[in-house]
Amino acid sequence: MSTTARKSAKRASNKQFDDAQLTKFYEDMLLIRRFEEKAGQLYGMGLIGGFCHLYIGQEAVVVGIQHELETGKDSVITGYRDHGHMLATGMDPDGVMAELTGREGGYSKGKGGSMHMFSTEKRFFGGHGIVAAQVALGGGLAFAHKYNDDGGIAVAYYGDGAANQGQVAETMNMASLWQLPILFVCENNRYAMGTSNERAAAVTDYAARGKPYGIPGARVDGMDVEAMATEAAKAVKHVRSGKGPFVLEAMTYRYRGHSMSDPAKYRTKEEVQKYRTEQDPIERLREKLLERGLIDEAGLKAIDKDVKAIVAKSADFAQASPEPALEELYTDVYLTA
Amino acid sequence: MGIDILMPALSPTMEEGTLAKWLVKEGDPVSSGDIIAEIETDKATMEVEAVDEGVVAKLMVAEGTEGVAVNAVIAVLAEEGEDASAAAAKVSSGAAPEPVSEETPQAPPEAPAEPTPAPAAAKAVIEVAQPEPEWDGAMVETTVREALRDAMAEEMRNDDRVFLMGEEVAEYQGAYKVSQGLLDEFGARRVIDTPITEYGFAGIGTGAAMAGLRPIVEFMTFNFAMQAIDHIINSAAKTLYMSGGAIKSPIVFRGPNGAAARVAAQHSQCYAAWYSHVPGLKVVSPYSAADAKGLLKSAIRDPNPVVFLENELIYGQKFDVPDSDDWTVPIGKAKVVRQGTDVTITAFSIMVGKALEAAKMLEAQGISAEVIDLRTIRPLDTETILQSVRKTNRLVTAEEGWGQSGVGAEIAMRVMEQAFDYLDAPVARVAAEDVPLPYAANLEQLALPGADEIVSAARAVTYTEA
Ligand SMILES: Cc1ncc(C[n+]2csc(CCOP(=O)(O)OP(=O)(O)O)c2C)c(N)n1
Ligand SMILES: [Mg+2]
Repeated sequence: MSTTARKSAKRASNKQFDDAQLTKFYEDMLLIRRFEEKAGQLYGMGLIGGFCHLYIGQEAVVVGIQHELETGKDSVITGYRDHGHMLATGMDPDGVMAELTGREGGYSKGKGGSMHMFSTEKRFFGGHGIVAAQVALGGGLAFAHKYNDDGGIAVAYYGDGAANQGQVAETMNMASLWQLPILFVCENNRYAMGTSNERAAAVTDYAARGKPYGIPGARVDGMDVEAMATEAAKAVKHVRSGKGPFVLEAMTYRYRGHSMSDPAKYRTKEEVQKYRTEQDPIERLREKLLERGLIDEAGLKAIDKDVKAIVAKSADFAQASPEPALEELYTDVYLTA
Repeated sequence: MGIDILMPALSPTMEEGTLAKWLVKEGDPVSSGDIIAEIETDKATMEVEAVDEGVVAKLMVAEGTEGVAVNAVIAVLAEEGEDASAAAAKVSSGAAPEPVSEETPQAPPEAPAEPTPAPAAAKAVIEVAQPEPEWDGAMVETTVREALRDAMAEEMRNDDRVFLMGEEVAEYQGAYKVSQGLLDEFGARRVIDTPITEYGFAGIGTGAAMAGLRPIVEFMTFNFAMQAIDHIINSAAKTLYMSGGAIKSPIVFRGPNGAAARVAAQHSQCYAAWYSHVPGLKVVSPYSAADAKGLLKSAIRDPNPVVFLENELIYGQKFDVPDSDDWTVPIGKAKVVRQGTDVTITAFSIMVGKALEAAKMLEAQGISAEVIDLRTIRPLDTETILQSVRKTNRLVTAEEGWGQSGVGAEIAMRVMEQAFDYLDAPVARVAAEDVPLPYAANLEQLALPGADEIVSAARAVTYTEA
């Protein structure tokens, strides 16, 4: 496949992660995978409505980055493909799933849905439906970190499609001009809905998009969680040390359609299959764990079982939680002054 | 116990679909991720993946079956180690397909027009449109989606300056399949996929219009046109005036407007009132397929910038459309779609269907409602509303957007200014609740106005409240 050649990411030697860290990567990625599969199932049953964008295939990106952040101190923001980010920041799967079903127990009391969830505790600022809006908002989160001099940084995740929006360039300029502590993470899954990188961008080197503004960048294999965490560590160090923004482009792939209603005619089944069998981030790590003797089949089975139980519990909660009370329609429009 | 495989919902608005093809047969083993069937919706053909492992015990719905309801059991899987025939024997009943009822309004002949007063000399002159001629030729049953496509295709055939630009309009055939087939017929010079850069391509479209082309700019939905509203208003709407008439912007900005289904606050908004605020723009929002086609053709031919507001939820509805490629509907002319004597209801876009539904309910309660489809929001056809109000003496305005500074507010003001003495009750307004649209199903339903609200408002203005 010629297009994968283009994607060759920098293969620096990875940081050494200890057994516990590697196992944690595995658990975190598996939780996202199983959670998303369950969400897809509930959607098919009509329990989830509207848009539902699954993160399956991209798990290593957010798990690698989040590993290098300080939850509750650093701020995170993303678009509508957001369930994985919420789980990776440690948000409660029950609350996320119940928001997907539009119930009272959801993070937004059922009023936001799949694309709009937030946690002040985890400093997760959403969950945004307008492509690229989260990048400028992320700039604002970074502005506040600098303003308050609190040592935190902001991470703004966005897609390859979003990268072309004008406000991304505008934000990069200001972020560099004002030396804001922001890490731009471009999750390049090769498509924006049905439009491939090449059909949307004159130059598809998204890591270099900060260059005109003096922002350094790097491209990383987003299907390899160790590589992700290694590059994330360097990028976070750069940003946290006051050197200004950094752009990290994660080369990744989404296995499912853009949302539930995408027939995905714009790519071949072989292409999808190739990623699934040769690049799958969970499978790759699993093999590594076995190879290095860090865990055995029984150990993996046990993790699998635990993860399944968490997901099953979230699905039960999401169905048992009642619909929001009708009075909720009118709350949260204004605060009292 | 077998595992039921249910007919999946493949889109926010899907209620039923066609089971086009089985890719497995009884007795086949499947594992999660295997593609087992193909399903057709009005938008696309989709593949269904197995989520469980097992052996196909029974296919419950035959290939080619149409109208299979979401959640109906389409197959039964036997789990590992289970006897397939036992699983198949387990009876499960799915919901019967529910036919989607469609209101196809039979337009009554239009009331004889009273002589239209000459526009006041001091006001900006917008020509007073004449209603379209009565069509007595052949009709073709057409969906709103096809009607919009046909309008674009016909105008593109007639005029090489017309081109279509937007996200996913070409190779993907339109995010909502409105531009289906256009790339094939007109090629990449005239059907152009853009990056996700609304502000940029709205500006490029407007610039191209200034240079003499006739762009149709599609927004995937009007929610995303907020990224581009500066060009729609500051560039397209005002340049004619600022240039003393020298620079024209003959451009159409079109796409779905208003709430879809369960897509929450950022994706559900009616922009009719927003754009209707702006002199220099024309704003059109049709309901029926005939009007969608006839008005889009007029919009493309119009020398002014036109904001053309569609509705995703009615793309699949069928209506009779004149069988002609040169039949148009004038911008600026409302249409009486149901005659009545007791109360006038104005509506546009999807609310016309709800108004007609309300009119039927009112009829059962002994109240005769006249329903006006505004079709154009700017220039607003005040005369047709006034004529009706002079007859019924009561008015209810219905819109899906918020009430404050809305279309109903404007209509009420005009009626007060020009027909105050004819009113037997204050004008009533039906609009969305004054909140961002919630995601939860029950709250969403509560937030959006429906036929019931229109009925209540009509009972209030006729002083017949239960
Ligand atoms: C401003 C705006 N334009 C269009 C859309 C519709 N839309 C939603 S997601 C999407 C594709 C985005 O692709 P990308 O940025 O690559 O992210 P991915 O979906 O691949 O994660 C589009 C066009 C939108 N939500 N907002
Ligand atoms: Mg993408």
